[in-house]
Amino acid sequence: MMFDADKTSRRGFLGGLTGVGLLGFVPTKVWALDEARSMALVDRVVNDINRVIASGKSESAMIRDFERIFGRYADVSIIARSALGADSRRASNAQLRSFTKAFQGYVARKYGKQFRDFIGSQIEVKGVRRVKTWHEVDATVRLSGRSPFKVAFLVSDRSGKDLFFDLMIEGVSMRISERSEIGALLDANNGDIDKLISAVQRAG
Amino acid sequence: MEILTSLTRTAPARVLRGLLALCLVAMIAACSAPPADHPPGEPFDPYEKTNRGFHSFNKGLDRAVVRPVAYTYSGIVGDEVEDSISRFASNISMPRAIINNVLQGNMKGATEDTYRFVVNSTVGFFGLFDVATDLNMPAATDADFGETLAVWGVREGAYVELPVFGPSTERDTVGMVVDLFLNPLDYWIRDPEEYYVFGTGVSSTLTTRERLGQTIDGVLYESTDSYAQSRSLYLQNRRFEVGDSGSEVYLDPYDDPNLVLE
Repeated sequence: MMFDADKTSRRGFLGGLTGVGLLGFVPTKVWALDEARSMALVDRVVNDINRVIASGKSESAMIRDFERIFGRYADVSIIARSALGADSRRASNAQLRSFTKAFQGYVARKYGKQFRDFIGSQIEVKGVRRVKTWHEVDATVRLSGRSPFKVAFLVSDRSGKDLFFDLMIEGVSMRISERSEIGALLDANNGDIDKLISAVQRAG
Repeated sequence: MEILTSLTRTAPARVLRGLLALCLVAMIAACSAPPADHPPGEPFDPYEKTNRGFHSFNKGLDRAVVRPVAYTYSGIVGDEVEDSISRFASNISMPRAIINNVLQGNMKGATEDTYRFVVNSTVGFFGLFDVATDLNMPAATDADFGETLAVWGVREGAYVELPVFGPSTERDTVGMVVDLFLNPLDYWIRDPEEYYVFGTGVSSTLTTRERLGQTIDGVLYESTDSYAQSRSLYLQNRRFEVGDSGSEVYLDPYDDPNLVLE
C-alpha cells in the first residue's frame, strides 16, 4: 500500500511537473501559432493589394478587386457596425445586412480611389505583436521620392475566423474615422437608417 | 553661435527674450482641460463654432489658391526638381528636430538626426539629395516642440483649427510658435537667402498637396462633414506621432455591448 501510494504521489508529482511545464509552454505555443497565422493573413492581403496596384487595370476594375479583398480578409460586419456605433442597436437585422453590404462597396470605392496616390508603392510586412485580445501586424508603405509610412492591421479570431477588424495608417484608424463620417451622414439624413443606407450606396 | 550670444547681450533682446519666455509659460498654462463629465473618446472642442468658421475659410483658400496652384506648379516643375527642393526644405529643418530631441531627452534620436544632417548637408549637397536614406540610416525623427511639450507632460488642450495652418491643438499651436524661434539656422541665414528658404518650404507644401491630391480632396470635398473628419484625422495622427495613443486607448470592438449581434 505504502509503495503504491508512493508510486501514485510520484506519478502525481511528475504529472504536476509536466502540467506546470505545459502551463508555461502551451499558451506561448498557441500565441506563437496565432502570430504566425495573423502574419500569414496580412501577407495574403498585402500580396493581393500589391498585385492589384501593379496590375495597371482601370480604376473601376481595381475597385472591384479591392472590394473582393476587403470582403475576404476583413470582418466587414464588425467594422460596419462600429461605423454605425450605438445606432446599430436600433437597426433591424435586414437593415444591418444591407448597410454592411453598402458599406463594403463604399469602403472599396473610397480607399480604392486613394490608391491612385500610391501607384508604384510597395507594402512590406514588418512584424507582429500581441495587443490585449488581438494581434497588430505592422507594415511599411514605401513610395519613391517620399518618406515611408506605417500601416497596421489589427487581426482577431473573435468572429470565429482570422480576419482584420481595423486598418491604421500612421495612427489613423479606419473604424474610428468611418464612425465620424457615417455619424455625420446619419445626422444629415435625420437619423433615418434606410436613407443612410441609400446615401452610403452612392458615397465614396 | 556668435550671433546668438551677441543677440542675447543687447538689452532690448534680453527684454524680448523675457517676454517670450513669459508668454510661453502663460500659453502652456492656458492649455485647457476638458470638464470632468467630458465623454471619453469624444474630441475636446469647446471652440467648435470659431473653428468651423476658420475651416470654411481654409477650404475656400484651398479651393481658390492652394489646390490650383499646386497642380499648376507640379505640372510645370519636374518631379525630380520638386523632390530636391522638398529634401532641401526638410534637411534645413533638421537642427530644430535635433534640439527638440535633446529637450525630450531622446539622445539616440538627436544623434541619429545629427548624423543624417551632416551626411545630407555634405555628401547630399546641402540636402538636395537624401544620401542618408540611400545608406539605410535611421529615418528622421521630425521632432517638434509640440511633441516636446507632450513629453514634458503638458496636456493636449482643446482642438483648434487655425486660419491658413489648419488643424491643431492648443499644445501644438504653442509648439509651432516656439519652433519658429528654435532653428539655429534661422539666426544664421539673412535675406535674401531667408526668402529662398521660405520659398522651398512653400514648394514642399505645394508638392505634398499635389501628391496627396486624392486623399486630401476626399477629406475636404467628399466627406459629409469635412470639419469633423479633419479633426478626427488630425487628432488620431498627432497622438500617434507624439506616442500618446495606441493600445491603452483602443478598445476591442468585440467587447463593445453596442456592437453585439443578437
